[in-house]
Amino acid sequence: MDKIYSHPQSLRDVSTHYCPGCGHGLAHRLIAEVVDELKIRERVIAVAPVGCAVIAYDYWDFDCSEAAHGRALAVATAIKRVRPQNIVFTYQGDGDLAAIGTNETIHAANRGENLTVFFINNAVYGMTGGQMAPTTLLNQKTSTTPSGRCAQSQGYPLKISEMLALLPGVKYIERVSLGSAPDIIKAKKAIKKALVNQMEGVGFSLVEMLSPCPTYWGLSPKESLDWIQNTMAKEFPLGVIK
Amino acid sequence: MPKITIDKDKCKGCLLCVSVCPQGAIVINEELNLRGIKPVKFKSEGKCVGCALCALICPDCCIEVYK
Repeated sequence: MDKIYSHPQSLRDVSTHYCPGCGHGLAHRLIAEVVDELKIRERVIAVAPVGCAVIAYDYWDFDCSEAAHGRALAVATAIKRVRPQNIVFTYQGDGDLAAIGTNETIHAANRGENLTVFFINNAVYGMTGGQMAPTTLLNQKTSTTPSGRCAQSQGYPLKISEMLALLPGVKYIERVSLGSAPDIIKAKKAIKKALVNQMEGVGFSLVEMLSPCPTYWGLSPKESLDWIQNTMAKEFPLGVIK
Repeated sequence: MPKITIDKDKCKGCLLCVSVCPQGAIVINEELNLRGIKPVKFKSEGKCVGCALCALICPDCCIEVYK
């Protein structure tokens, strides 16, 4: 009897601190699987964000660095320029990449740095207690928008992938979902493409993953996946953006 | 005969594997694990077809599949 699905080598065999049904565990595993498949475990350097995934370096079994809140792409730029032979990627949530780090994100993309970005969009601030994020959907209830996000006072969901796609320095952007098994397979393909782009020197690549946060959405893990498919993917359409 | 193994102490009981299993071969284990929650367990080797959907969707990488 052959083992047809096992733990990727690039992922430590430890229990994570994530809530039940959290998409971070899935995203970590997909990235670890791709790193194993591309045989780049000795070359890859990840930059972890501030947010729920702040201790991602405890889970990945390859080199990682931590960055100040929102500054992952600035740190990654430095690492890649000093060590161009390494494969450098950042792993950032919506609070890190699209709120406090918008500045770094836009300028790193505009410079066309040969980096890979994994952007976890769960439409809420997970680590700090479920407050509204820039990507929170209209009418979505969070701890700071208890009656739902209102466009008049809180603005509209920020579509960072579409914004970045306007920049000539950006070579590849795809939005994927972790909301169903077929979508997870597509997400893995996008992750692979984004890392291969960097290995081939194509340039700035970003994969946005719509990821479940059952705890702060107030839904069960299964309902969260359904919410991604039925509600979130309508506001953030899936597919290759650039 | 295909089968899966579940690391019951890593399992957080999110039940996503139960929701995707086309054969109903994964059920809730009434015995608590080290976390104090009810993990899942593999029901029977006869039902499993080795599709690995459970392992694909498991956020905590608890499942290994043999075929």
